[in-house]
Amino acid sequence: MNMLETATNFLSNHPLTLAVIKILIVFAVLAGIVAYLVYMERKVLAFMQARLGPMRVGPWGLLQPIADGLKLLLKEDIIPAGADKFVFLLAPAISVMAAFTVFAVIPFAGNFYVTDINIGLLFILGVSSLGIYGIILGGWSSNSHYPLLGALRSTAQLVSYEVAAGMALVGVLLISNSLSMVEIVNRQQELGVWNVFLQPVAFVIYVIAAVAETNRNPFDLPEAESELTAGFHTEYSGFRFALYFMAEYTNMVLVSCIAVTLFLGGWLRPFGSLKLMAGGLDLLEFVPVFAFLGAAAFVLWLGLKSLVQLERYFFMALAAAIVFLAALVAVPPVAHALQGIFWFGVKVLAFLYAFIWYRATFPRYRYDQLMNVGWRWMIPLALTNLIVTAVVVWWKGPHLWSLLPAGLAVTGLVGYWLSLRSPATQASHN
Amino acid sequence: MLLTYFAFGILSVIALASGVMVITRRNAVHSVIWLIVALFAVGGVYLLQQAEFLFAVQIILYVGGIMVLFLFVVMLVNIDVALKQAQFSRQWLLGVLTAALLAVLLAYVVYNHGQGLNLPAQPLVSMRQGNTQAIGQALYQNYMLPVEIASLLLLVAMVGAVIMAKRKFE
Amino acid sequence: MIPTDWYIFLGSGLFIIGVVGVLTRRNVLIILMSIELILNAVNINLVALSQHFRAVDGQVFAIFVITDAAAEAAVGLGLIIALFRNKETVNADEIDLLKW
Repeated sequence: MNMLETATNFLSNHPLTLAVIKILIVFAVLAGIVAYLVYMERKVLAFMQARLGPMRVGPWGLLQPIADGLKLLLKEDIIPAGADKFVFLLAPAISVMAAFTVFAVIPFAGNFYVTDINIGLLFILGVSSLGIYGIILGGWSSNSHYPLLGALRSTAQLVSYEVAAGMALVGVLLISNSLSMVEIVNRQQELGVWNVFLQPVAFVIYVIAAVAETNRNPFDLPEAESELTAGFHTEYSGFRFALYFMAEYTNMVLVSCIAVTLFLGGWLRPFGSLKLMAGGLDLLEFVPVFAFLGAAAFVLWLGLKSLVQLERYFFMALAAAIVFLAALVAVPPVAHALQGIFWFGVKVLAFLYAFIWYRATFPRYRYDQLMNVGWRWMIPLALTNLIVTAVVVWWKGPHLWSLLPAGLAVTGLVGYWLSLRSPATQASHN
Repeated sequence: MLLTYFAFGILSVIALASGVMVITRRNAVHSVIWLIVALFAVGGVYLLQQAEFLFAVQIILYVGGIMVLFLFVVMLVNIDVALKQAQFSRQWLLGVLTAALLAVLLAYVVYNHGQGLNLPAQPLVSMRQGNTQAIGQALYQNYMLPVEIASLLLLVAMVGAVIMAKRKFE
Repeated sequence: MIPTDWYIFLGSGLFIIGVVGVLTRRNVLIILMSIELILNAVNINLVALSQHFRAVDGQVFAIFVITDAAAEAAVGLGLIIALFRNKETVNADEIDLLKW
């Protein structure tokens, strides 16, 4: 106990140390998550395409990200002739910096966030728009036509969808009366309802804009393999390409975290006010334990299916480790402390799965279709949502729940009118 | 306290040095990059003044919007011929002398016979609301008309820019 | 507490740098960028004085200045693109005919 006291005293006298420790934890965990997100994407894509995915490196390909990282690190470092050297080296660093810096204001649990500034939402919008410079400078400094064209296209796409995303987020701002991320989640707890039910249109617009912001399918024209060679990162190889790659996947995790915090209640448990009391303990707090046990059972089943003896032992050991973790979590104080981050993790994982699902399912948008959707559909619908939300919030009569039918109805009408004016319909009329 | 002075020193050195780099680079893209650095430093100065909303607006609008626009146009018109021409106009000495004269005038006004700016000392009362709330209230209550005029101005600028940059189909 | 005078010196310094840029450079784009420097110097002044007098009006004015800078940059760059399409140059010294 004495060590704990001295530790807390030291930390409260040197607040910067705690912040640095938190930054290191977030950075390390994030780097690991991004690496295994690549693996998860390949496995899930394979599962949806009825094949197996990476299986060679390690049991079930679990060491694949490490192999990929080593390969990229050891590749030859090529800088194109005539390229602007300093800018060429700077561009991937800008992308990665912009992606990682935003994680400073994202709350992972009620008491675990690096910092909470009172302009959190604006900070997120601003710093994530700095990633554009990484793309445009990378494309230009490669001193080659294809990267420049890919960079200009990608930048135009990012700027367009940024406007739509910002407008969608203002709807949430109107309900929460605050720009601070922690405050927004607390407000959802006060209201007793997640923002997705009050702002369904804003949620859909934000998710679509987020997919476009991260250059993912169906909006990945600027970097698709079958299009302009490889877009803005054609001339990048080795670790610089790894930096761009890492920046893209970090952006994916970032927009998932933002969507979860703003719309899905952050670290709040679904039906958070429902309690299943039994002997002074809330039984619903032990759902993480059941989740872990389920994961252990799945791993065990995978192991029993395998034919290689070494793999079987590995998976049984893994299952045993997960059961041990579940037993650790089953201790009531630990379960109570881990609630927030468990539910946050589950929701973010659901979003990431959805991202990968979109990649497996949707065909790619053509560039003019992409810009059409961004400017002529998303922005008018986001503005409509803003107007309806503002009217309902100002007119204090109806309860905020009326935002749901009102928003859907008005947006449906505007959407229908927009579809009547679209070039496709008018062409078929002529 | 010391940290504030240190921060101000660093930010002003970065702002002034980047400003000098902006006007002296041969390559226009390098100038844009230095201008971005200068704008970040100016945003930092706003943050030092506890104007955090303005800092966010500077980053989102200026650095994230206007500078991207500049970068686009610079990349479109960046021809190699321009890199080899003379960068400074023939009457550069006259320009520098005029600026020096202006600097002397500003210094004279600011120093005001050795008294410095005679700003009335204000009571050190803290702002009761947050910065964002205060600006929001001012914008939508006292300055409603300028907000409407600014939106009209932006509409006109958008239409004008599109028309100006369109190709005229003969 | 940093004296407000220091901020005004910083603003004036940045202003002078911007003026030198506008008066001496030939590349029209760099002239536009120097104008942005001038606008930012003015903004520093506005925010410093707004903090001194504990009134938020200076910051509101600064927001309007940023808005106008955006509008002016858009129109100015559109002009440069149109000019470049006709004359193939962005050198201010070569745009010297009133009618061609």
